[in-house]
Amino acid sequence: MAGTMKAKRRVLPGFGLTMGYTLVYLSLIALIPLSTILLKTAGMGWEHFWHVVLSPRVIAAYRLSIGASLIAALVNSIFGFLVAWALTRYEFVGKGGLDALVDLPFALPTSVAGITLTSIYAQNGLIGRLFVPLGIKIAFAPLGVVVALTFIGLPFVVRTVQPVLQNLEAELEEAAAMLGASRLQTFQRVIGPALLPAAITGFALAFARALGEYGSVVFISGNMPMRTEVVPLLIMTKLEEFDYQSATAIALVMLIISFTMLFGINLLQRWSASRHVAG
Amino acid sequence: MLPVEGESGRDSTPASEVATNLRRTTEDPVWARRLIIGIAIGFLGVFLIIPLGMVFAQALDKGIGLYFASITNPEALEAIKLTLLTAAIAVPLNLVFGLAASWAITRFEFRGKNLLTTLIDLPFAVSPVISGLIFVLMFGTQGWFGDWLVAHNIRIIFAVPGIVLATIFVTFPFVARELIPVMEAVGTDEELAAITLGANGWQTFLRITLPRVKWGLLYGVIICNARAMGEFGAVSVVSGHIRGLTNTMPLYVEILYNDYAFTASFAVASLLTALALLTLIAKRVIGGKVEHARLPFGEAAEREAA
Repeated sequence: MAGTMKAKRRVLPGFGLTMGYTLVYLSLIALIPLSTILLKTAGMGWEHFWHVVLSPRVIAAYRLSIGASLIAALVNSIFGFLVAWALTRYEFVGKGGLDALVDLPFALPTSVAGITLTSIYAQNGLIGRLFVPLGIKIAFAPLGVVVALTFIGLPFVVRTVQPVLQNLEAELEEAAAMLGASRLQTFQRVIGPALLPAAITGFALAFARALGEYGSVVFISGNMPMRTEVVPLLIMTKLEEFDYQSATAIALVMLIISFTMLFGINLLQRWSASRHVAG
Repeated sequence: MLPVEGESGRDSTPASEVATNLRRTTEDPVWARRLIIGIAIGFLGVFLIIPLGMVFAQALDKGIGLYFASITNPEALEAIKLTLLTAAIAVPLNLVFGLAASWAITRFEFRGKNLLTTLIDLPFAVSPVISGLIFVLMFGTQGWFGDWLVAHNIRIIFAVPGIVLATIFVTFPFVARELIPVMEAVGTDEELAAITLGANGWQTFLRITLPRVKWGLLYGVIICNARAMGEFGAVSVVSGHIRGLTNTMPLYVEILYNDYAFTASFAVASLLTALALLTLIAKRVIGGKVEHARLPFGEAAEREAA
């Protein structure tokens, strides 16, 4: 193996060119711009930093962002799993179209999603008006944030669970059935454990995406400080007030949370890949 | 494998009885099937189909005349033009990056390969607002190059270059991410053969590699383009919302909406929605070909025969 790798390096040309280009491009477009966050925050001093990132309005925004993202990711895990199951296991009319449509939240600009969801869930909207008699307000309330984040995170669980479900060998289920397991036991002992890593990965991806989401939330949330203001919106507000230091400090906390999540997701995917091979 | 899916009656041996029993235990009961299909359709209906219908219903709410007026007025045309321009710059640059990065990553062994692959995913972990903020911190009046840019009368933030930069940042992973697994799957045997037979690097790349990864490449470009044309948050931070100058289509949708010009807002939104639907269709058509290319030879041929 090592021999062929060495031979590959010697024979195929272009390592210097492509590697050099990749590193220069990555540095100019991503690494140097991202380092501004760290350097800008470093210039503000600990005391000021803590004062900004622990102020009540910022804490309220973290709480809403994290809470709503968790609920949305959970909703997506449950329904995304059922959608993936229906799309891989059953035949029904319109299946192909629905399968393709699952990726809509990836492809639709977030501002379009935002205005559309707002018009549906406002108190005079198609779905919003159904909840008025129940005294439930969706748009311009925390619930609206959850709705927008659910929309945004919808593809993740479906698309991580679907391929695993497709590749799950029928023999395993047959063997379980032959050995006398009921359908429920087969699901609990055979199918469930095989799907779990993918489902958790999908959950984490949906959560990470929801945490940073701005476009779809800004219309439906109503943007009330302390109540329906998510972290990305708060950063935007600080920027519009030309308070760049506060914006950057809040952004740094967000980045640390996101990078930790990305790292965790990577570990998770490696773990699930190794399980998949071993299983 | 037991003939679980096989037609009954083809043989009357006990095997078919076993198969029927197995089917009963490896397939879900009818009520469960109906329930799950119902929930899946209900969920996707509420979250995908209703919004999709709503965009077009609202856009055409005040008649087709106003619809066309909304998407052909000068401001709308400027927004469309800027969106096309941004994508026309960002997508080719990210295409070249994707080719270079995937060649380096899949054709050579080097230290820090995992780190490099992770770095390519960076924009996914960064909130769109922060993706815009970093360019404000570099090129804004208070930024690193602020004084120099002001002295030389160059505008990047609140101008087109900032929009292009933010878009490039948000969309640079897409081509590379799609290409890396395809290049990996295609392997290097034929490239090595070409080199051994005397082809130079460019000839090998153009004649051997490119034809074999073209569907993966196209797939990446289409997704990259959709995101480039649709990016909102990052572009919103750097644009300054100057009408007719720094408004892309997604930003123009917001401005119209905040002005209570709902019909016009949804009219422009319907164009972006149509683009998203086209992207999904293209994804589906090309996705099948990519998957096909990713399979090893034998398996691909097998599937073709089936």
